Amino acid sequence: MTFFETAIIVFFVGLLICCALCLHRIARGPSAPDRMVAIDILGTVAVGFIVILMAVTGKAYLLDVALVWAMISFIGTLALAKHLSGKNLND
Amino acid sequence: MTEILALVLIAIGVLFNVSGCIGLVRFPDVYNRIQASTKCVAVGTSFIIVGSVFLIGTIVAILKGLVCIVFILVTSSTAAHALARAAHRSGVPLWSGSIVDKYQEDIKKEAAP
Repeated sequence: MTFFETAIIVFFVGLLICCALCLHRIARGPSAPDRMVAIDILGTVAVGFIVILMAVTGKAYLLDVALVWAMISFIGTLALAKHLSGKNLND
Repeated sequence: MTEILALVLIAIGVLFNVSGCIGLVRFPDVYNRIQASTKCVAVGTSFIIVGSVFLIGTIVAILKGLVCIVFILVTSSTAAHALARAAHRSGVPLWSGSIVDKYQEDIKKEAAP
């Protein structure tokens, strides 16, 4: 195994540790904002995952996937924030 | 040489991500968790994108990576701000060791006159 492949595997393991910590917070979190911030962080970590996969495999369309994910992954967080501050979703 | 530089950038990004997620687990209340994890993970993912785009190296990938970084920086800070404000308004308690709550003072000042 070359140095490059070893480094990429180490990066993937690091990001998997990130996902495990986020899932721990989603399971344990005492309030709804705790869980929602963990889901938001999980989405951002997933963007990093997809981009590293793009760099390894050389498939350029994965960058479009990461772009769209970064654009829309915060909408759920905003919806929950609006619900928690006591407003309806349509005003 | 390019490969080494890209790997160093991605390694910095992964370190930022892991430290942000450790902060997400270890800090005592929701405001500290938002503050620690959102900033660290946004910057770490930006570093990962810069390093990966460096490995690809085409002009289209560089432009898409820049747009992706801008979207991550804008959307994660927007979501964190809205979520912290909503958590405060819905009455999530602060950590018992907190010594100042400026937003509560502002709400009282608005309600007083």
